[in-house]
Amino acid sequence: MNLIETFRTGLEAVVSHRLRSSLTVLGIMIGITAVILTVGLGEGAQQQVGSEISSLGANLLIVSPGSSTSSAGIRGGSGSASTLTVSNADALASKTVAPDIAGVAPVVSASELLTEGTTNWTTTLVGSNPSWLSVRGRTMAEGRFISGHDVQTHAAVVVLAPTTASELFGGRDSVGQTVDVAGSPMSVIGVLTAEGSSTTTNVDDQAIIPITTASTRIIGGTSRNNLSSIYIAASSSKTLSAAYQETDNTLLSLHGITTATSADFTITSQQSLLATATSVDKTLTVLLAGIAGISLLVGGIGVMNIMLVSVTERIREIGLRKALGATPRVIRRQFLVEASVLGLVGGMLGAILGVVVAIVLPHFISNPIAISGPAIAGSIAIAIAIGVAFGVYPASRAAQLHPIDALRGE
Amino acid sequence: MTEEDPISLGLDDTQQVRIDDTGTYPAFSAPVIDIEDVHKIYRTGSLEVAALRGVSLTIAAGEYVALMGPSGSGKSTLMHILGCLDVPTSGSYRLAGEDVSTMTEYELAEVRNRRIGFVFQQFNLLASLSAWRNVELPLVYAGVDRSTRKQRALAALDRVGMGDRVEHRPGELSGGQQQRVALARAVVSDPALILADEPTGNLDSVSAREVLDLLDELHHSGRTVVLITHDADVAETTSRTLRIWDGQILEPSSASATGGAA
Repeated sequence: MNLIETFRTGLEAVVSHRLRSSLTVLGIMIGITAVILTVGLGEGAQQQVGSEISSLGANLLIVSPGSSTSSAGIRGGSGSASTLTVSNADALASKTVAPDIAGVAPVVSASELLTEGTTNWTTTLVGSNPSWLSVRGRTMAEGRFISGHDVQTHAAVVVLAPTTASELFGGRDSVGQTVDVAGSPMSVIGVLTAEGSSTTTNVDDQAIIPITTASTRIIGGTSRNNLSSIYIAASSSKTLSAAYQETDNTLLSLHGITTATSADFTITSQQSLLATATSVDKTLTVLLAGIAGISLLVGGIGVMNIMLVSVTERIREIGLRKALGATPRVIRRQFLVEASVLGLVGGMLGAILGVVVAIVLPHFISNPIAISGPAIAGSIAIAIAIGVAFGVYPASRAAQLHPIDALRGE
Repeated sequence: MTEEDPISLGLDDTQQVRIDDTGTYPAFSAPVIDIEDVHKIYRTGSLEVAALRGVSLTIAAGEYVALMGPSGSGKSTLMHILGCLDVPTSGSYRLAGEDVSTMTEYELAEVRNRRIGFVFQQFNLLASLSAWRNVELPLVYAGVDRSTRKQRALAALDRVGMGDRVEHRPGELSGGQQQRVALARAVVSDPALILADEPTGNLDSVSAREVLDLLDELHHSGRTVVLITHDADVAETTSRTLRIWDGQILEPSSASATGGAA
């Protein structure tokens, strides 16, 4: 009996036993859908918590000048010694020096007066580079942020935080208008999205200009290359301590300092947030692994039961086929085809159902459901593996029996 | 029917011959069945039950033999061993000259497929397949191509008077009709030996008569038929009756007693 005949026989057995086949497919399908959804819910929660924590700044390191150990140097411009330079920031931005650092934003800041027509507003003026936006985790409400070209050309452009924009312009459109910044006219190129106040600074009240513009037009003089602080974003909250080490080592060697205790700069991070993030992440990972494992176990046992029952009730058929001349190999192949087809169809339908529910359900509940590729592939693979193992193994055993023992249905 | 699918039968230990399918068989120098001192012991835990205790038996080609005995006498066990559905605990079995007791599982599958046609008391048809699909099964395992299979299956069904019900499933047929389908399945691959285990046991007298007539017809067309029964009336229709009692054959089983075709 050739392979095509075997395949046809297996397919016919699937089709002719419609009820049993559809129950098997249903069992596999439900199992896989359950795995995809539980894993998706878990991953969705993990991503949500992770993004909420990172929006609080868990990835952020702040380097401030001076050896203050009380880590009060979060606010720009509070440095007691001018030890940080633009070239320090450029060194940290190098991927080879600091692979775990995702972005570096050197910052000079000062309190300056902004004037628009007859309206005055004193705010924090920040000079920085294009990385500032992503390092501080901000987005644009309208217009654009400072570009690398703006920095190179010392462009007279300014990006306003939303409070600053509304104080100066009222309800009017501010992008494209001109504002006097400490006496220099600069055109407004964008407005940041509102973030909400933090405890130390009002992040929605500031104006950002290119760092080169700030040092030449606003600050000038001998301190033009000195930074108020350097904001550093680690590539993730997990690599924060690595990024800390890289920053520390790089700056110590650049400043020619051999002992860490005599550092002329201070690195601060949101340690408590980091600790929270780490423990939440651990808990969720364990929870997720547990859920996925249990779902796979339950789904797998369901598939196993269906296949075992299905084969057991067909031992007489196996006996008859043997009596008519089927070899054990032919019987094995027939059941392999059947189990694979059932597993594959059930797996595919389960994956489709799982993905559809994962897309539809978040519209009705508040929890996000992540569609996890590994969960889909893993559950299908395990369903088919279990289906084939428990479909083929007993059939293979029955095929080894003397036909008369199988015919008696033992 | 087909020329490309010959039934090969061993005439002696080493030689196999191809015979054309004319429906009749030449007289064999070797008997179809030759078993010697066959024992079958069933073990259930520490309990040993001897179902066959030294059975020797020779059946020549073209014979129509009834194996008779009460239940528990070992006649079914003997039939299963004759049909290669079970293996003896000891003793030798030569089927058409070939030693079956040393065969591998795969060789046995081929013997069951090509040399033996079974008719069971419970019909043993696959409920999910139509009559002709049931009949073609032995040919599927023999590797016969599709169109030839259908042609031969339909011809076999026609021969047993089921030509008008080829698409019916077993559940839509009466017991007698199902047994006739089973008979068609037994003969479709033109086996040398037809084994019928209480073929009339589940049938009413009219259907039983029809099945026995068909078996008789097969015998007259030259096939070797072994019929198992506990019914003396059924046994009478055969050309030779062997009585089995307590795992042993009561009468001398010489094939020369009645010879070949009746």
